[in-house]
Amino acid sequence: MNKKQKKMLIRIIIAAVLIVVFSLLPAEGYLRFVLFMIPYLVIGYDILKKAFKGILNKQVFDENFLMAVATVGAILLGDYSEGVAVMLFYQIGELFQSYAVGKSRRNISELMDIRPDYANIEKDGTLEQVDPDEVEIGTIIVVQPGEKVPIDGVITEGTSTLNTSALTGESLPRDAKAGDEVISGCINMTGLLKIRTTKEFGESTVSKILELVENSSSRKSKSENFISKFAKYYTPAVCYGALALAFIPPIVLLIMGKSAMWGDWIYRALTFLVISCPCALVISIPLSFFAGIGGASNQGILVKGSNYLETLAQTKYVVFDKTGTMTQGVFEVSGIHHNKMPDEKLLEYAALAECSSSHPISKSLQKAYGKPIDRNRVTDIEEISGNGVIAKVDGVSVAAGNTKLMNRLGIAYQDCHHVGTVVHMAIDGKYAGHILISDIIKPHAKEAIAELKKAGISKTVMLTGDSKRVADQVAGELGIQEVYSELLPADKVSRVEELLNQKSEKAKLAFVGDGINDAPVLSRADIGIAMGALGSDAAIEAADIVLMDDDPLKISKAIKIARKCIRIVYENIYFAIGIKILCLILGALGIANMWVAIFADVGVMILAVLNAIRTLFVKNL
Amino acid sequence: MKKTYKIDVDCANCANKMEEAARNTAGVKDATVNFMMLKMIVEFEDGQDPKAVMKDVLKNCKKVEDDCEIYL
Repeated sequence: MNKKQKKMLIRIIIAAVLIVVFSLLPAEGYLRFVLFMIPYLVIGYDILKKAFKGILNKQVFDENFLMAVATVGAILLGDYSEGVAVMLFYQIGELFQSYAVGKSRRNISELMDIRPDYANIEKDGTLEQVDPDEVEIGTIIVVQPGEKVPIDGVITEGTSTLNTSALTGESLPRDAKAGDEVISGCINMTGLLKIRTTKEFGESTVSKILELVENSSSRKSKSENFISKFAKYYTPAVCYGALALAFIPPIVLLIMGKSAMWGDWIYRALTFLVISCPCALVISIPLSFFAGIGGASNQGILVKGSNYLETLAQTKYVVFDKTGTMTQGVFEVSGIHHNKMPDEKLLEYAALAECSSSHPISKSLQKAYGKPIDRNRVTDIEEISGNGVIAKVDGVSVAAGNTKLMNRLGIAYQDCHHVGTVVHMAIDGKYAGHILISDIIKPHAKEAIAELKKAGISKTVMLTGDSKRVADQVAGELGIQEVYSELLPADKVSRVEELLNQKSEKAKLAFVGDGINDAPVLSRADIGIAMGALGSDAAIEAADIVLMDDDPLKISKAIKIARKCIRIVYENIYFAIGIKILCLILGALGIANMWVAIFADVGVMILAVLNAIRTLFVKNL
Repeated sequence: MKKTYKIDVDCANCANKMEEAARNTAGVKDATVNFMMLKMIVEFEDGQDPKAVMKDVLKNCKKVEDDCEIYL
């Protein structure tokens, strides 16, 4: 608790004790009034002051005014204890609210606690801590085990394991060695690292992320705007309602020749005022969104605004990019078939024969071989463009290439029924089998699609520039319903537009891409989700939601978090408005007294705030 | 031009009122108050001096909510 809150707590305790003591005293009349004025002023002086200032500033209808009128009215009617109690409970509610908001504010900032406080620079053999803002590009900084990497850069010395969980929500540590790029916000776990910075602090990943998250709840959702508007009309409306309730029925009764019962009707009008305070709504809705965004960012899902959470919750169509989103986007040897010699031997021949080529296929062959290549073993290299390579390895003639090369050499080959790039091998003039190279599907991709379907996504679509055969196979394997292949980037936009036209207004369409050349589609879709965005500024710019790591399972997680958040928001809206209207009706009929009114105000607010805080717990969704 | 200011205010409804007051200040193109982060993001109209405008913004905010602060 801060100083203000502590002071309020003391006032509440003093006032509560005084009320109890004075209620037990047999004081009557003036003495009773004077006695009760003491706790009333102790607890309510600031409210009265604010209400008075509000009137001076022509801002009449605020909570302070409502409370002041209600309590002063109750006291004038002779209900001293009720008047003071209303003020007391109102203040308890306010204190609780400010405590809860402060607490969740701290909780969420802890979740997002990735801001590095300092950078170490070595000077004359000793380490000096400096403000990361002052570190220039190209400076060598030292990161000790247990410290955060403050600025993006390249490791010049040392090896270590990095914990990226604060950024990605992923607890699997990454290994890092000299020459590797590191991004700020990771925690260095094991060894001392020296890093040459490649960016300024303000341009580093950690600053970008913090900026994004901190500005996120500034983009307000429809529910938030609804509540602000609602509060604007609701408070004055209830005030006039109260006024009408205080005067119209008694006057009507008078005209009808009955007793006016002024006291009764004014009391009912005052309960009206107490019930009317819109705090529960006004606080719980932004709090829910804030907690939702905070909880999501803790899971490595950055949401750029509460409006996007709202859209995401209504998502029914999910459109994916293939390469880099559902697949790794790196080509790897995924199979060796029809070979008589051992796999390693065949790979060795292939890697050696292709040693002078820089084609991605050659690179993946060399990577699969995994050992350093001794170029002295290779002679007579002849590259036949669009066919492959013929070379002599250890004096043996090796041909590696596609079907055209085999035809050209007149060697019978066996077709591969798998999808991917096939490298046929002929050694010493005889067919020796083929090596299949393909893009690998991400480990969680299939699960991710299944999870999305379970979450009620009605349509999954994949768009890709890749060939139809590859696309169909990947989609089939993953269980994606629709595939559009061989698309240029511009075609992707028009496909998404077609899908947007097909669907109903309420069902939203999300596009998931890896941020590379997807920017137009990301911004065209109802909601753009970029994945694997760690360190990619362009993706962070273009997307509405950024998945920090490249795990496709996070898509369904994001949708679930959004749904939970929106569900809680609606619960609070219906619950708070419902109870208030019910109590207003009961109050008007004279059934609900001041105590019910206090519950309708403070009780509902406390319940709504507690409900809102539930949004923070998203780990097991 | 956009600038972000740290603010202090106790209730969410008051934050909404501050937002409205800031928006209606001359020289301000748009303003958002983020109650949870206690921040006010003000977009100024072209050619306006943020310092002078913010003084008015503070004055207007004080009018609607006496108990608020903008750290300029």
